[in-house]
Amino acid sequence: MRRLGLAAAAALLALGIGAADARTVRWSASGDPNTMDPHSQNLGTVTMVLQQIYDPLIHRNADLTLRPGLALSWTQVEPNRWRFVLRQGVKFHEGEDFTADDVVFSITRALQPTSNYGIFVDSVDRAEKVDDFTVDVITKRPDPILPNKFASVYIMSKSWSERHNATRPQNTRQREEMHTVRATNGTGAFRLASREPDVRTVLRRNDAWFGWNEPGQTPGNVTEIVYRPIGSDATRIAALLSGEVDFVLDPPLQDLTRLRNAGNIRVLEGPEVRTIFLAMDVNRDELLYSDVRGRNPLKDLRVRQALYHAIDIQAIHRTTMRGQSIVTGTFFPPQVNGYTEAEDVRLPYDPARARALLAEAGFPNGFGVTLDCPNNRYINDEQICQAIAAMWTRVGVRTSVKAQPLGPFFAQIQRDDTSIYLLGWGVPTLDALYSFQSLLATRNGAQGDGIWNYGRYSNPRMDALVERMKTQSGEARMEAIREALRIYREDVPHIPLHHQMIPWAMRNNITIPHAANNQPYFRWMVVN
Amino acid sequence: MNAVARFFDSDLWWSFTRNPITVISAIVAAICIGGAVLAPWIAPHNPFDLASLQLLDAFKPPAWSPEGDPNYLLGTDDQGRDVLSAIMYGARVSLLVGFLAVVMSVVLGVSAGLAAGYLGGTVDAVLMRIADIKLTFPTILIALLIDGVTRAALPRDVHDQIALYVVIFAIGFSNWPSFARTVRGSTMVERNKEYVQAARVIGLGRGRIMVTHVLPNVLGPVLVIATLQLGFAILAEATLSFLGVGVPPTQPSLGTLIRIGNDFLFSGEWWITIFPGIALIVLVLSVNLLGDWLRDALNPKLR
Repeated sequence: MRRLGLAAAAALLALGIGAADARTVRWSASGDPNTMDPHSQNLGTVTMVLQQIYDPLIHRNADLTLRPGLALSWTQVEPNRWRFVLRQGVKFHEGEDFTADDVVFSITRALQPTSNYGIFVDSVDRAEKVDDFTVDVITKRPDPILPNKFASVYIMSKSWSERHNATRPQNTRQREEMHTVRATNGTGAFRLASREPDVRTVLRRNDAWFGWNEPGQTPGNVTEIVYRPIGSDATRIAALLSGEVDFVLDPPLQDLTRLRNAGNIRVLEGPEVRTIFLAMDVNRDELLYSDVRGRNPLKDLRVRQALYHAIDIQAIHRTTMRGQSIVTGTFFPPQVNGYTEAEDVRLPYDPARARALLAEAGFPNGFGVTLDCPNNRYINDEQICQAIAAMWTRVGVRTSVKAQPLGPFFAQIQRDDTSIYLLGWGVPTLDALYSFQSLLATRNGAQGDGIWNYGRYSNPRMDALVERMKTQSGEARMEAIREALRIYREDVPHIPLHHQMIPWAMRNNITIPHAANNQPYFRWMVVN
Repeated sequence: MNAVARFFDSDLWWSFTRNPITVISAIVAAICIGGAVLAPWIAPHNPFDLASLQLLDAFKPPAWSPEGDPNYLLGTDDQGRDVLSAIMYGARVSLLVGFLAVVMSVVLGVSAGLAAGYLGGTVDAVLMRIADIKLTFPTILIALLIDGVTRAALPRDVHDQIALYVVIFAIGFSNWPSFARTVRGSTMVERNKEYVQAARVIGLGRGRIMVTHVLPNVLGPVLVIATLQLGFAILAEATLSFLGVGVPPTQPSLGTLIRIGNDFLFSGEWWITIFPGIALIVLVLSVNLLGDWLRDALNPKLR
């Protein structure tokens, strides 16, 4: 009898330990990743899941400084040659050994036309295997910020990708189906256990991950991550308050006060390296979604200035964003190298001036236009669009808002199928070139140039300055950035709105470092 | 004696005036329906006129609270829209959908019931089995199914344009069996009565007998069910819109307003969702109470 009791106690103890070790974190945000392919969609909503599964050559700390990832060291051995020494003994989740071949393959894959990650490999000519654990990246021009870019390029297994016919990224614009859309095979801290798009994504801890015992960051203790997108703000917050989820990446601004007062909820706050703006079709001779026939009013600088003058940004800041935004007149925030306060100046809110400019441009009675907008990507994105539609309508530009979830929204604007759209642009490289090159350079087929420039803004002076930013360094480069920021203010290719603030809400028993790229690093999350 | 005088002299009018609840609910329903129908003329603001919206007026509480604005009796929503006006315009959409959906159910259900009851045999068996199968599915599920299929089958732009009619069809289609069963029962009773036999003897066609002789005599219960179903159809529309699959967002109904306001419930801006909710309850309750009274008044056994 006594022995039986002991055995039972031992069994109970064992069970207890097991239970204490299994730490599941259930988290939620409004949107669901629209693919699992690591080079198909350069979107925060996608990377917030993929960065748990795939490792890049270079990782980031929570303060966004660089740390070794799959590469142990990186040096610019020649002006046009970067050498990466790789980590040994790493295995992919499905068992393949990680070698230089996988690195060469992944970089080449990110260079393919269907890749949405071209901006991170824009300067790359090719990658070469030196030996099994050394890779050289040959660039078309000296690229001092290549490591910053490579912190966003995920490494896949070559043999796995070939086996599953996934040697080029999924074409999201065509809504292509392939193996990598639903399946993953990375080297990262977590592996994909199950995925039901728009319902639930489950990740399990990869105990073999190399980073668990690395110095620098306190390693996390999470064993399972369950992600559930919850579109409705109220439902998402109710889930957090009732304990149904533990962590919410994008708590609605109107609920922050209540969350702070809830007692068992902690709210982490900080600015995000992301700017919200409106971009306009300044290329077509006739807008796709407007009642003006035969000409494109947005090609006229005065019309763009009028739309700018018509926006009461302080009202949006106070009411729609509840003070949780940093109003701006430029398109990247101060954390980014190249930010110049003198160029961060808005056209003032002045509806009378807006009406006068419209009349001057030949639209005394305004015109009608459709504003495209996501409704689950940025903080209060749809509400911002509705507020702007009302402001524009008041000066005569009759605006209808077409708000849709991020999947169809991005597929649509990536076909240039829009007249005006709202976009939020984060800067993972923390350098101004990334924003200028993706958003304002002429789309000319070169890697990264204008790949998110769906209004097809094109100015040879801007293009020349972008080229200077790519190659020059020091004060000459800063001068090019300042000059480009001046042109940005003169040309009004965008109407900037604000930099986002990103509160994260979580239960009290969770600690996680807040990161300004809005990426929750679960590998450093501790659940008590 | 003209028709109006005859109506005021009828048993129906007598039982109406005798029942205070009925009178009150009739007045409330009249106010709701009147407010909805006349919204463009009597609403204090036009929530669809973007040019009249002031973002700085957003989140104003109802007029009687300390920060309230007498301009906005029931407060404003996140875009500065007047909640009262939004409710009046929203009730318009809700009533339109409810009314047309009931008309559709009546047309479908009465034709099926009449045919089944009068013709009998195979027609009866087939139609009633279809109705039985239909009844095994929850109504809201059928409506969701129809909405989902059209959403997948049609391009987005086309769907947005016809979304209102899809909702009407979805709700109307899911409700016809209750009409069909009632009408079938009454028809089976009526078809053996002497006047029908007489009509048959003088050689009238089956269609003519069904429409001109049987139909008028089975419509009493249909009127009762239709009134009760109006409340149900309005609720079904609100449920669909609350789930985000109902009317398009450009034509917000009461359900849409409740859904939008729901996001602000936790942050203390309760008026954005509570008032449309109260409006919905009041509207449906008054219509249902009228339906109840009509059922009692038209039921000879209860007199």
